[in-house]
Amino acid sequence: MHYFIGDLGHFFIILSFVTSLVSAFAYWKTINTTDDLREPWRKNARLAFYTHLAAVLGVVVCLFVIIYQHYFEYHYAYSHSSRHLPGQYMVSCFWEGQEGSFLLWIFWQALIGIVLIHSQKKWEAPVMVVFSLVQAFLASMILGVVIPWLDLKLGSSPFILLRDAIDDPIFNLQPDFIPKDGSGLNPLLQNYWMVIHPPTLFLGFALTLVPFAFCVAGLWQKQYAEWIKPALPWTLIGAGILGLGILMGGYWAYETLNFGGYWNWDPVENAVYVPWLVMIASIHTMIIYKNNQTALKSSIILVIAVFVLILYSTFLTRSGILGDASVHSFTDLGLSGQLLIYLLFFTVAAIGLAIWRWKHIPSSDKEATIYSREFWIFSGATILCFSGFHVIIPTSYPVINEIGGWFGLDLRLAVPGDQIHYYSRYQIWFGVLVALASGTAQFFWWRKIDKSNLLKELLYPVLISLVVFALIISMGKIYKPAYLVLTLAGVYLIVSNLKVLFTVSKVNKSLSGGAIAHLGVGLMLIGIMFSAGYSNVVSLNNTGMLISKDLPTEFNRDNLLLFIHEPRQMAGYEIEFLGERVKPNGIRGYVSKNDIDLTLDPYKVIATKDIYFKDKKILNASDTFEINPENTFYEVELRKEGKVAAVLFPRVQINPAMGGFVASPDIERHAGRDLYTHVSLPMNREEEPEWSELTEERVQLNQPFFVNDYVATLEEVVRIHEIDGFKLDEADVAVKAKIKVKGERHEYFAEPIFLIRSKSQVGRIPAEINDLGVKITLLNIHPDTGEFSLGINTRQKDWVIIKAIEMPLINVLWLGTCVLMVGFTVAMVRRFKDFSKEN
Amino acid sequence: MKKSHIFALVAIAAAIGIIIGNTGDASTYVSFDQAYQMASTGNSTQIHVVGDLKKDATGNIVGIEKSADKLSFSFILVDENQKEQKVYYNEPMPPDFTRSEKVVVIGGYQNNSFVASKILLKCPSKYQEEKINTSSL
Repeated sequence: MHYFIGDLGHFFIILSFVTSLVSAFAYWKTINTTDDLREPWRKNARLAFYTHLAAVLGVVVCLFVIIYQHYFEYHYAYSHSSRHLPGQYMVSCFWEGQEGSFLLWIFWQALIGIVLIHSQKKWEAPVMVVFSLVQAFLASMILGVVIPWLDLKLGSSPFILLRDAIDDPIFNLQPDFIPKDGSGLNPLLQNYWMVIHPPTLFLGFALTLVPFAFCVAGLWQKQYAEWIKPALPWTLIGAGILGLGILMGGYWAYETLNFGGYWNWDPVENAVYVPWLVMIASIHTMIIYKNNQTALKSSIILVIAVFVLILYSTFLTRSGILGDASVHSFTDLGLSGQLLIYLLFFTVAAIGLAIWRWKHIPSSDKEATIYSREFWIFSGATILCFSGFHVIIPTSYPVINEIGGWFGLDLRLAVPGDQIHYYSRYQIWFGVLVALASGTAQFFWWRKIDKSNLLKELLYPVLISLVVFALIISMGKIYKPAYLVLTLAGVYLIVSNLKVLFTVSKVNKSLSGGAIAHLGVGLMLIGIMFSAGYSNVVSLNNTGMLISKDLPTEFNRDNLLLFIHEPRQMAGYEIEFLGERVKPNGIRGYVSKNDIDLTLDPYKVIATKDIYFKDKKILNASDTFEINPENTFYEVELRKEGKVAAVLFPRVQINPAMGGFVASPDIERHAGRDLYTHVSLPMNREEEPEWSELTEERVQLNQPFFVNDYVATLEEVVRIHEIDGFKLDEADVAVKAKIKVKGERHEYFAEPIFLIRSKSQVGRIPAEINDLGVKITLLNIHPDTGEFSLGINTRQKDWVIIKAIEMPLINVLWLGTCVLMVGFTVAMVRRFKDFSKEN
Repeated sequence: MKKSHIFALVAIAAAIGIIIGNTGDASTYVSFDQAYQMASTGNSTQIHVVGDLKKDATGNIVGIEKSADKLSFSFILVDENQKEQKVYYNEPMPPDFTRSEKVVVIGGYQNNSFVASKILLKCPSKYQEEKINTSSL
């Protein structure tokens, strides 16, 4: 038992909690004290925050040591890791649990706090009061302290021992029991995106605190407008990173989950998407303020809203309230009360402060005309907010049902089964409006436009957009009205921003961030429209078998049952299942399960012959290599006009501890479209196969006969002196037959053994050919006629059920994402330079 | 009236429109009887029914039928009012289906049969084990 490391970690947690409170208090004193005491208090506050950072780092190191050293006496290591987990995924274990993800969040915020301390002379104290308070709330979530006289547990510590977390009888017999292995990481999270997606997302979460802290500091210190300048670059970097985190999650879902897309409108996704939309809107109102001193109040409202929405999303996803509404599994740590207090504290405090100061906030009486750039940007920001509002309401149904329950209302609201359609059919129009507003706003932004030159300015971009649009729809065959409009709006957004980009970059390249970012959005809209609107299931079942006569005919099926080596037709492809494969660790390529021998260690297997993958030798015969026995890859070949178009290896991961099987797709990537294939149902190898009755065949050497409709010949029968390494006695007689069976693609050999022990006992060891579903036994030898009796059993051939989806133009979405990120970076660099110039 | 007031009015109208649009189309959790009534009155919206799989006296799940080609299956779900209903599902049976504690089916009646377009499984302790695997002692 390694008690020390856990106690040390727990000590660091408590230290980090206490130091964050001390830091908040000391910074508060820095503001509310006499001038001569200001600097000493600031020194104390800084010392406290540095100690806080050190304590947080200490917690991180302790938890990491526990995971990395496989200390399974700790619940966190036991339930999130295992000995065979590859090194890079140890990192993912760290944030798989709620406690670890809170820790990640705390860690980022502590680092950002240090940056702010050293870059914001004027704002340091009030901003850091907010920062330290948020840190204290977050640290309390992992505190794991029981307040005795209240019988109240505060937070859930990651350093809890297994025996305290799980009530298992073994601990009564053996209190010091340590499991030999952990239960492993959720197989879905064993993906490289899961190593970088959570840190990115939580860095985004952490960055939303910066504009909020500046805004609260501004209201508090009566610097009603001055906070915008330092906050704007931070809001840009925050929105960029949060957006990147969200899209990485989408890309992970696309590569790993098998729902056939990157966005599912699941409550968990919506809960971060909505704050992001509002954050983008807040950037726009802040930019309006910087240009003509309007929209200050809107900026304050939006910046507060972003942070409150982040807290709300934390509450939704971690309190367990989503229950039946989400397909994601959440473990409720019993923190809902604490999370609710966290949410309410900052909501009430921030809104209260804003109301208190409201009448002092300067506002402009300037009226925006329809020809002003402010009008168009403000409209765009408003549309973004409404788009978020539309998403957050259905996402909150569980909360609304709960609140309705308090008033005796039995609401039972739920998002319809087709949630993608439910959200998308409205969101598509928000997308159209955003594209039109931001496309048009760009012209107003860079040039003074009034009634007289409006037509002239807009004429060419509109004409070019229409031409490009006509080309796209004639090639893409789009007929749905909503998709037509979205395509046109997306093209208009791209064209107008290309024009602006061209003009602006001639003047000053550093100003081009906005145009680049909007260009990215235009590309993303087009990519989303095609890949989601025109994805189609290509694996339609055309066998015509019915499950029930009671059902109407539109009961179509999207899955295809493939027997090994039996090609089927699918959307212009000939598709064939070639068998089950394993993947050697650290080697590019796959190995057929027919070509390996198992060893006692399930993670090590031996090659039975030289292994080639794509005509390259990857292993020698009798090489021992490592595999992950949980994973099976199903080799599926797609052919077009007789030529191999693609070979795909969708994966199935069997993990009983995780409750069953997990399928991950394999994607054939083309510039214009992706072909996405995953296993819907693998054969259950645990079940005994049903063998047919044994049939007997009397054959001579080299005489062809049929086995399960395959041509077979008995090639030779030889005497052997050992079986599987066991030497036989002199008195024993053993012979091995070698039977060649011609399969569709390969020749297979079955080698059954016939054995006579001590001249009287007869033993027969049958041989199986897995791919063909046959078992051959050498039943008898007839020396008088030179014949051999073979027993043949057959079973259903190996099969797999797959689903395949075509996703057109999905790469335009990923391209647009990259362009958007470049735009954010350019804009952020410009605003940071602005800020540092004046300080 | 100032333009900003018009803007605000439009915004409030839009917000109300969104709320009505959302909740008007929202699905609800209902029982099989209610679902049947809805279908027979021509209401074809997708509804949610929460229930348990039918079990015999010894706790074994009964009533699961797979199609010959394994591409779809049907099962019997018992709703909150203890009404049993055969549910058809147009996908292969998920391997952890029989372990699930609660099943949420989303779909509707078609010709007296309940056809699910989506199934949500609530598996006990899917990612949180209650018993320790001591076999590796």
